[in-house]
Amino acid sequence: MIENILAPSVFATCLRLSTPYLFAGIGEMFGQRSGMLNLGVEGVMLMGAFFAHYVVLNTGSLLLGVIAALVVGLVMGVAIAFVNVTLKAEQGISGIGVYLFGLGMSELLFKTLVGTPRSVSGFPPLHIPVLSDIEFLGIGQIFFQHNLLVYVAFALVPISAYVLRRTPLGLMIRAVGQTPEAADAMGINVARVRYMTVIFGAMMAGLAGASLSIALLNVFQQNLTSGLGFIAIALVYFGRWRPVGVMSGALLFSFVNALQLQISAIGIDVPSEFAVMAPYVITIIALVFASKQTEKPTALTKPFDRGE
Amino acid sequence: MPSSNLRAFIDRLIDGLLPLLSLVAALAVASVLLIALNADVGQAYSALIEGAFGTQNAFAETLVKSIPVLFVAIGICVAFRANVINIGGEGQMIAGALAGTTATLALAGSPGWLIIIASLVAGFLAGALYGGLAGFLKAQFNVNEILSTIMLNQVAVQMMNFLLNGPLLDPSEQGLNHIPKTARIVAEAQLPRLVIGLPDGTALFDRTRLHYGLVIAILLAAAIYVLLWRTPIGYRIRAVGYNERASRYAGISVRRQMILSMFLAGGCAGLAGVVQVLGLQYRLQTDGSPGGFTANAGFNGIVAALFGGLNPIGAIPASILFGGLLVGAQNMQRDLGVPASLITAINGIVVVFVVSSQILIKWRGRRRLQQSTSRTEVAVENAVVAEQQV
Repeated sequence: MIENILAPSVFATCLRLSTPYLFAGIGEMFGQRSGMLNLGVEGVMLMGAFFAHYVVLNTGSLLLGVIAALVVGLVMGVAIAFVNVTLKAEQGISGIGVYLFGLGMSELLFKTLVGTPRSVSGFPPLHIPVLSDIEFLGIGQIFFQHNLLVYVAFALVPISAYVLRRTPLGLMIRAVGQTPEAADAMGINVARVRYMTVIFGAMMAGLAGASLSIALLNVFQQNLTSGLGFIAIALVYFGRWRPVGVMSGALLFSFVNALQLQISAIGIDVPSEFAVMAPYVITIIALVFASKQTEKPTALTKPFDRGE
Repeated sequence: MPSSNLRAFIDRLIDGLLPLLSLVAALAVASVLLIALNADVGQAYSALIEGAFGTQNAFAETLVKSIPVLFVAIGICVAFRANVINIGGEGQMIAGALAGTTATLALAGSPGWLIIIASLVAGFLAGALYGGLAGFLKAQFNVNEILSTIMLNQVAVQMMNFLLNGPLLDPSEQGLNHIPKTARIVAEAQLPRLVIGLPDGTALFDRTRLHYGLVIAILLAAAIYVLLWRTPIGYRIRAVGYNERASRYAGISVRRQMILSMFLAGGCAGLAGVVQVLGLQYRLQTDGSPGGFTANAGFNGIVAALFGGLNPIGAIPASILFGGLLVGAQNMQRDLGVPASLITAINGIVVVFVVSSQILIKWRGRRRLQQSTSRTEVAVENAVVAEQQV
């Protein structure tokens, strides 16, 4: 029984399912480290997912699909940054606006341009030579037979940890998120740094959407993401604003998801509603335990006013 | 000084019109979308307005759609005034509908008025507790309420799907392909239709689906308005929202106001859910999707509340306007084939524009301060501004 539930395929699925969480979560983390809460991740993901899918459907080019998702993220990121940084809008509310926009807009475009769900041939699994053949504990199957975006998502973790901790750019981002006044006095352009992080975060959200529509599911339909983007935001809190923390959270969540798929696949009778509910309940509990939040960027959600 | 009075009046008028400008701007963006979709903009908007307000029946449908939006919006006014960002209208509405429907079904056989009152109370309490839970988590454990309410929305949807497919499933609906819905509530428990008799003997809203939920919602709006601006309770809630630290120094329990504001906000959303069952659907029914029962009223209520300036009275016309957009969009979809999801996108743009335009109000306030010359004037105006904002 337990061998069936914890088969290597479950772990492989777990890694695959964590891709959208990783892209969206790491992107969101950069924004939050600079003091910007982007609640519109879900909306950007939906738009990214749609455009990536639509472009692949029409051109067959996966590269163009990824570029489309990044461009959508870029455009929406500029808009979000303008609203939240320049116009100093209340971030919790403007994000809901972005979400509703993405939800409605992606459905509108889907219904007018595509109509019914159609699948595309997305990113194929990439078998890493030699390593993918390791039979021991199913290591080959678990780690080395994924599509390209899975590897990119996991590569993002050490890279972003390095950028945050060891580069002047990372120092600037953290300074702007902790004490924008001091950063400003040091000659750092607070607004510019926040524009950068918000736009990067939105581009990653777009990519997260693409990872669903042209790599994991290879299909688009209305509300494809169904709350994934919101969980990604919670993962940033859960992971205490650290790349490795976000990754741990992403793995935990996708493991629950993978387990749920496996449990229903081998026919154990748990009402599916409770399985779907589980990640959200876990998130709430995790937020309670993560609530000491000593690592939380002090200036999170606080607009910076130079007092001119 | 009449001239400065006039100027103050004009200033206030412009501040009040800002949300309307946001809507116009959002519709302008939507026009670009319509053009991109190859739809005739004039035709589309006339279909929208015709479908929403063109006939008596259309207007009744607009009001019907605005009822749950208004209930949620009233609650959002309380929460946002306390600076608690409640995104949980969807979940609270479902909690209210589940408790209210259960009460209605359990009390079948009792007098109608008793069932209705008990169900409304049950719905209010369930929504209030569900909202209060997020408030408690924020007050006690510093859990971000935006995130917790979003998660609680999803939990509520799944709980409803589970209950409507199992314990609460209509006994006459069996088999694998059943529709997830409860049994129909008894006729005595249904809210009466609202028909307004006119002096000339004709009746307004005769044979439409408009029901007494509208009256309950408007009474609630008035009650919450009084609570917020005419009672110490409301004063404390608004004080915490305006300046948490100052309120704490003044001896106000910030935690208690957070929980209370979420309790009230959840209660209002809970009423939205139960009234939807008692007044319109006569049973709790969903299609399994997140908006299957609520039709996104939990989110649209946020839009309407912001649009109404976070004032429960202002939320009334705002909700009717957004109810109209929803109904009109269906007409537009029928006539021109433009998907009704356009309205969800427009709502999103409205939210973004409304929160963005807040800065204009701030700028104008600052400019007004600079313009007033004498020190005393500045001091007085500071006090006035502070009082207006509390």
